[in-house]
Amino acid sequence: MATVPRTAPAGPRARRRARKLTRTDKIVLAVMVGIPAALHIGLVWVPTLGSIALSFSRWEGVGGFDTIQWIRTLNYRQIFTIYPPFWPAVRHNVIWLAFLFLATGFGLFLAVQLDKRLRMTRLYQSIIFLPVMLSLAIVGFIWHLVYAHDDGLLNNLLGTHVDWLGNSSINLWAALVAAGWRHVGYIMVIYLAGLKSLDPSLTEAAAIDGANEWQSFRRVVFPALKPINVVVLVITAIESLRAFDLVYVINKGTNGLELVSVLVTNNIIGEASRIGYGSALAVILLVVSLVFIIPYLIVYFRGSFAGRGAR
Amino acid sequence: MAATGVDVGTPRTTAAAPATVRRARRLRPPRVLLHAFLIVTVLVWLAPLVWTVYTSLRPYQDTFRLGYFSIGGHYGFGNFTHAWNQADLIRFYGNTLIVTVPAVILTLLLASFVAFAVSRFSWKFNVAVLIVFTAGNLLPQQVIITPLYRLFLMIPLPAWMNPSGTLYDSYWGLIAIHVAFQTGFCTFVLSNYMRTIPHELTEAALIDGASVWRQFWRVIMPLCRPALAALATLEFIFIYNDFFWALVLMSTGNKRPITSALANLQGIYFTDDNLIAAGALLAALPTLIVYLTLQRQFVRGLTLGATKG
Repeated sequence: MATVPRTAPAGPRARRRARKLTRTDKIVLAVMVGIPAALHIGLVWVPTLGSIALSFSRWEGVGGFDTIQWIRTLNYRQIFTIYPPFWPAVRHNVIWLAFLFLATGFGLFLAVQLDKRLRMTRLYQSIIFLPVMLSLAIVGFIWHLVYAHDDGLLNNLLGTHVDWLGNSSINLWAALVAAGWRHVGYIMVIYLAGLKSLDPSLTEAAAIDGANEWQSFRRVVFPALKPINVVVLVITAIESLRAFDLVYVINKGTNGLELVSVLVTNNIIGEASRIGYGSALAVILLVVSLVFIIPYLIVYFRGSFAGRGAR
Repeated sequence: MAATGVDVGTPRTTAAAPATVRRARRLRPPRVLLHAFLIVTVLVWLAPLVWTVYTSLRPYQDTFRLGYFSIGGHYGFGNFTHAWNQADLIRFYGNTLIVTVPAVILTLLLASFVAFAVSRFSWKFNVAVLIVFTAGNLLPQQVIITPLYRLFLMIPLPAWMNPSGTLYDSYWGLIAIHVAFQTGFCTFVLSNYMRTIPHELTEAALIDGASVWRQFWRVIMPLCRPALAALATLEFIFIYNDFFWALVLMSTGNKRPITSALANLQGIYFTDDNLIAAGALLAALPTLIVYLTLQRQFVRGLTLGATKG
């Protein structure tokens, strides 16, 4: 967002005008910020704090708040030591993250190729982008048909009899291929927009200096894409922490497809309603997310690259 | 197609032309290789969808007799009408509409409010407000779901709003969480957009004695139309595609929007792969229509948000 520097609204002009606001104007502005803020804070941040508080408690959810027992860090200690699905779920989330980063790399590669003056580039882009429009639930149904045991596309094409979704040592990879199918198009589109916003004289200068395609990308284009890279990093990380729909549609996130997000959900809509336990798992998810979210916010709001993103 | 049509940056076609022409002549065999690679990629990308469409067009009897990986037998839309009637899909589309339309409108309206206030005026807490909204939108839904679920059970609603008497299992609750969550993203995008509108415009309005509300509604909002159109398309798809909120916050299967209802319909009504294929395609139909007609807007919304910096 380039034309106005980020600090401009705070300039003297804005301040002078702010003083001219009438009482009604001020009330109107307060309401305009107040209502959305109350809704957002009330339904997003209050529950976040609630998760943190409840993670130190034991509560079956029946009865009022006075039935809550405070048990300090017992939930966490149990999760880390004796809760069987926890470490497999963490492992699956880590694999999910690593795989999505590979898919991100492929998305970037495709964007760079398709950004060239290429015949049919729009058709290619359109087709690779198509899965991005679909919900992950629908993606799950579509790939269920591909992976079906006897009647699936994949086994028939390969002449194999693999139980892609039922075998707990491979179904995670099968699910990841489906997730990647959607993720690549998403990343590709974002990078294409980033590449379009680059000054073409950058690569021209590199070409005149005798840089080949790889050198020009490595030394000139990729560094210039830094703002986009930061966004893509956050998107990829958060997507892999949020992953839920796909595995839930496949087998409710069991038998090799456990993820932390699924464990959280099982503690509220599963048979046992263990609110403290579910909250502690949610806090673990929160802490990992913040590892990605906070640096992103710092980089963005420090304004270190304000105005260099897409316009 | 639109993915390339994102209006970002400088027009590069003219500037890049001589260099590319030179390169294209020199690198002809790599170009052929690149096309071969891209064609293979595109075919792989299309295969799951083509397979789904193909399966949905064949009666179960034929695939049972010949196998799914076969040619021959009958082709038609029987599975679609069957899936449509048997699973009462129109009801689930209706549920989606009840949730999606108000949620998109409210999200854009509330996000515009905040974006206007923080981008056009100098407040002490501008950056803090933006951080709260931006960070909130980045949280995984599961971080907040447990207390949210309890909260929804505790908030009473009059019977005319929800017969069961709580925010839980109501359309109101679903709309509320969509609006609360998505407002974060839209505020961020819109505040960046509004920042680019020259201050002279609102100053002129101010000199004419226009109130803050008038500045917002008559000056700023009309100028934000392109961003609002892109965000509306994007938010429609986001909310349409929601699976998680409706799964957890809606207990009555018949009230769920179509995306999250689909999982329940499988096994009850969609008993064979042919029907599943048809049901999945029907559920994806609105998104595919948007893909064909408003793809440009969708991509623009996506990149407006993602390339914000």
